[in-house]
Amino acid sequence: MPAVEVSRLAKRYTSTAGISDISFTAERRAVTALLGRNGAGKTTTVEICCGLRRRDSGTVRVLDRDPVAAHQELVQRVGVMPQAGGSSASGIYPSARVREVMELFAAQYAHPLAPAALLERLDLTSVAATPWRRLSGGEQQRVSLALALVGRPELVFLDEPTAGLDVHARRTAWDLIRELRSSGVAIILTTHALDEAEQLADAVVILDGGRVLATGSPADLTRGTTPELHFTAPPGLDVAALTAALPNDATANETAPGHYAVGPRVDPEVIAAVTAWCAQHGVMADNLTTASRSLESVFLDLTSAEGSP
Amino acid sequence: MIALDLSPAPGAAPALRTFRAQALMELKLVLRNGEQLLLTIVIPTVLLVLFATAPIADLPKPRIDFLLPGVLALAVMSTAFTGQAIGTGFERRNGVLRRLGTTPLTRPGLLAAKTSAVIAVELLQVGLLLLVAWALGWSPHGSVAAVVGLLLVGTAAFSTFGLLMAGTLRAEATLAAANLVYLVLLVLGGVAFPLSDFSGGVRDVLQYLPISALSDGLRTVLAHGAAAPGRDWLTLAVWTVVGGTTAARFFRWD
Repeated sequence: MPAVEVSRLAKRYTSTAGISDISFTAERRAVTALLGRNGAGKTTTVEICCGLRRRDSGTVRVLDRDPVAAHQELVQRVGVMPQAGGSSASGIYPSARVREVMELFAAQYAHPLAPAALLERLDLTSVAATPWRRLSGGEQQRVSLALALVGRPELVFLDEPTAGLDVHARRTAWDLIRELRSSGVAIILTTHALDEAEQLADAVVILDGGRVLATGSPADLTRGTTPELHFTAPPGLDVAALTAALPNDATANETAPGHYAVGPRVDPEVIAAVTAWCAQHGVMADNLTTASRSLESVFLDLTSAEGSP
Repeated sequence: MIALDLSPAPGAAPALRTFRAQALMELKLVLRNGEQLLLTIVIPTVLLVLFATAPIADLPKPRIDFLLPGVLALAVMSTAFTGQAIGTGFERRNGVLRRLGTTPLTRPGLLAAKTSAVIAVELLQVGLLLLVAWALGWSPHGSVAAVVGLLLVGTAAFSTFGLLMAGTLRAEATLAAANLVYLVLLVLGGVAFPLSDFSGGVRDVLQYLPISALSDGLRTVLAHGAAAPGRDWLTLAVWTVVGGTTAARFFRWD
């Protein structure tokens, strides 16, 4: 039985925003990333799964239960980290100290983690006596993450868990999320950071405009894409002339000033043609690499093909 | 690195542990809030001392016997209504109520914790006010059970309206409205000025305010050693039922 099954989920708001047809499955012992731009429907989907919002139609099973009907059972088994900021704000008493909030939440669960150990793990010991409102954005994020985990849940929903974290704190959070997975917890997180989805997720659900565009592992999503050739050179090369010199329908583009990409397929003949053309024109091609497309380029292709809402 | 056992071990704590932690948190937050303490502790105490010692209004003698019941009623209103409305209104605005909704804490559990914190603050207020009144020459009389009963039903009536306001208005509107109601009822509710100062028709209406019913009931017991009028009990009970059913119907958690 998967941790979460969402099928044909829809929720309409008064405006055009909302979600119209979301289906995905999140496995246990796995990180599932809902990836998308702002307004793609990530938070709405998560909030419906957490029982914080009612759906208009579709089915949702969380740990094989209905999130509304079985709310009181699920709150014991599911940890939730809501999105920071926004209209509903942080959800924490502004004048409560970090340690107090941790202990308050811990007191709600049968077998909680020790608040002090959890704080230590997230580098929060030094702010344990600080009131919530005096924490930095990154500290608030980490406390919020800790609160979602303190009850030792089977499943956690983390809505943009690393937004506003510095590089170091982000790594700490990633490590903790990986450790949760290996401890048997199912994790569903939302992110608009492609590297986060690529590094962390076992499954990625790409959302845009309230719909699912693609699902699969990062490897699935980038597999089958043939390698491209990238190189840097002085900006403003005549890519049309270069393209004309290439065999096998390859084309050259200047993706950013001084950055060139050759595709869609690269083989030894194409590489030879590119370097020969550069030699002919006295151009020094640096950083010559071939690579499969990143999740980022897959994501950009998918979402731009849909057009901006 | 600190080793944590992150393996799932879900389950809710015993309701009593959750309740105790939540009630203690609520109490700490109130006691930490300077503006609320001004409203709940300082203003009632200052009013009591000022009106009892300075010839401010033409009050029935002994002045302290008239003042203490009204100020006790004011103290109850400040905590159960004004303080609770403002505190809960901002918890709703800050998403605290919403987030607590994702934890095992139940809504009745939250309500019980809030009510306990209100009663704990009231115990402090009543203890302090009785002590000050005693120092100003008041001597205890009347039925303790009747006083406690009146304070409790008064607390219930004010709490329901505090929560109704917190759960329906914007937090800033609640802040303004709750303070305004406090001020208006302080003047019109027989707290420091007797209702007999108002003309007959006005008085007939004002006596059915919850603050008037509570002041009057407490005054009958504490100053005259008599049983509180049934009208006062009934008035408070009706306000409680009206406020409670309306709040249950219209309270929004986010």
